[in-house]
Amino acid sequence: MRKAIGLATATTLASIFAFSAFAQDKVVNVYNWSDYIDDSILEDFTKETGIKVVYDVFDSNEILETKLLAGGTGYDVVVPTGAFLARQIQAGVFQKLDKAKLPNISNMWDVVATQTAKYDPENAYSVNYMWGTTGIGYNVKKIQDALGVDKIDSWKTVFDPESMKKLNECGVYMLDAPQEIIPTALAYLGLNPDSRDPADITKAEELLLSIRPYVRKFHSSEYINALANGDICLAVGWSGDVFQARDRAAEADQGVEIAYVIPTEGAEMWFDQLAIPADAKHVDEAHAFINYIMKPEVAAKASNYVFYANGNKASQALLDKEVLDDPAIYPDDATMAKLFITLPYDPKTQRLITRSWTKIVSGQ
Amino acid sequence: MAETTLATAPSASPAAVPQQGTWLAALTGRLVIIIPYAWLLILFLVPFLIVFKISLSQTAIAMPPYSPTFDLSAGITGLWESFREFSFDNYLWLTDDPLYVNAYVSSVVIAAISTFFALLIGFPIAYGMARAPATVRPLLLMLVILPFWTSFLIRVYAWIGILKPEGLLNQFLIWTGIIDQPLIILNTHTAIFIGIVYSYLPFMVLPLYSALEKMDYSLIEAAQDLGCPPISAFWKITFPLAMPGIVAGCLLVFIPATGEFVIPDLLGGSQTLMIGKTLWNEFFSNRDWPVSSAVAVILLLMLVVPMMFFQQAQAKAQEQGR
Repeated sequence: MRKAIGLATATTLASIFAFSAFAQDKVVNVYNWSDYIDDSILEDFTKETGIKVVYDVFDSNEILETKLLAGGTGYDVVVPTGAFLARQIQAGVFQKLDKAKLPNISNMWDVVATQTAKYDPENAYSVNYMWGTTGIGYNVKKIQDALGVDKIDSWKTVFDPESMKKLNECGVYMLDAPQEIIPTALAYLGLNPDSRDPADITKAEELLLSIRPYVRKFHSSEYINALANGDICLAVGWSGDVFQARDRAAEADQGVEIAYVIPTEGAEMWFDQLAIPADAKHVDEAHAFINYIMKPEVAAKASNYVFYANGNKASQALLDKEVLDDPAIYPDDATMAKLFITLPYDPKTQRLITRSWTKIVSGQ
Repeated sequence: MAETTLATAPSASPAAVPQQGTWLAALTGRLVIIIPYAWLLILFLVPFLIVFKISLSQTAIAMPPYSPTFDLSAGITGLWESFREFSFDNYLWLTDDPLYVNAYVSSVVIAAISTFFALLIGFPIAYGMARAPATVRPLLLMLVILPFWTSFLIRVYAWIGILKPEGLLNQFLIWTGIIDQPLIILNTHTAIFIGIVYSYLPFMVLPLYSALEKMDYSLIEAAQDLGCPPISAFWKITFPLAMPGIVAGCLLVFIPATGEFVIPDLLGGSQTLMIGKTLWNEFFSNRDWPVSSAVAVILLLMLVVPMMFFQQAQAKAQEQGR
């Protein structure tokens, strides 16, 4: 998911229209998260099928959703996350997949498919691309200095004001995403993470307000750079983003060491799904593209590159050891059992959540 | 700005040309006026009406995410039904929640403080430019405009590198021994002021420069000859003569700064409440197009109405001056 470099939503719509005008039949317009694919996959796809890929990237579900709801995006394949996908299906944004054109669907992993069916009943509109968790990324050395521990294993580090006070100096970032943070706070409190009860949400709000003074910034992509450069010591963020920060820090070789943990209390699990907009112009090519991504060797190549788990069972035999055996990417069964998902909120709860979130973020 | 609009209107009445010529001139005169009006109508009024229409709708899980939408196939009765669904609920919602009022107020305060500092810094720059030898002036003017050659976004991003705890500024201050702990400037209001003043300084300097350049400096010499001290000469002569430039510069900084989104998003912290960011949140995170449209309409009224009064006052003052 969200492998983003700041405001990297370079929207080259104009070029898409230009391309589609020239090569009317053999083109597919893909809109995916930034830094979320090994480019050679796109080249190989064109070599194998003769379909040209026009690839464009975004860095937030909100941007994608706003474009989809406005309609006429010109994209043939898009990659929204579970809860967003569910609402977009309801709004009539997508068309049903033609399973006859997707023979590789037999490679998919039933464990993931059962979860994604909660957003997309019978997986009629989408197939899984990648999935991951929302956990804690931290600077190992700075955490040692501030807290005197070698590793973090509990959400207590983030949700206990005493511990956060100690981290105030070195800096904490948190995702600016209420639908991720509020359920996590609920899970820490031992409540149902997917609760819609206003009393529960108020409890989560109180908890978050108590640590608010020690959060330097709420932002959904800047923490990658901030972690990698050693500007902050901890971020609540998405697994793959933290791995990306870890790799950048290792490349820079400035002594910054980043680690990611799924805390013992559990963490939210999310799914990025490949789907075809209802008004897509190249439906056959879009199916060909999705089918290609579901090839075991292609899915494995993608995961080996982006460090996210995929929903493709057959690809697991082909994954690098460091990906498959990393419990932060492919959690063991005990951790897996503690992961939770949240379903989209109804409009009334959504307003409540947004209101709470604004209160928390602005500290008003 | 007011002067230019006033100047275009009466230009098409040359009295001394022959009969046919006057007729043609009148026609071209009309056409010339039509162009700016058409521009305003198509690029300002129509989009505004669309936004206003959305602000009267309700959110819906649909494409586009609000209802009612105009469906021309439903005929006149269908349109009438749509009209009846409109309501001002979204505007009531804005008054209902202190969040929006706070955001408006804090935007205006931040913009006002930034404008003040831009004036404080911009005036000496413009004054220095206007008093520089005429041969150097084009170069100085060029230097003021030069930053526009780089993307605004990249220039704001560069400030992150300068202001962050381990950034250039802190490294420099620690190196000189002025401080021993890095200052936390990034993600605070200070960073926003720096960002706005930096980004909008050219808009302050240019009108000030054009006002000061026209000034007759023999007036200052005359004041000094008559025994007026320099400071008092500044307040009595330079300042009033620079007034049109000051007003234009302040408006050019204040108005865009009020609705600024990029600078508070990149340099500000999460506690910064600005209306541009609130609008973004309503539109993208909350998918509430109607409420965000209502926020935009109010913002526009807040900025346009004072401007109109100001223009009128200025036009009156000019009439009286003649």
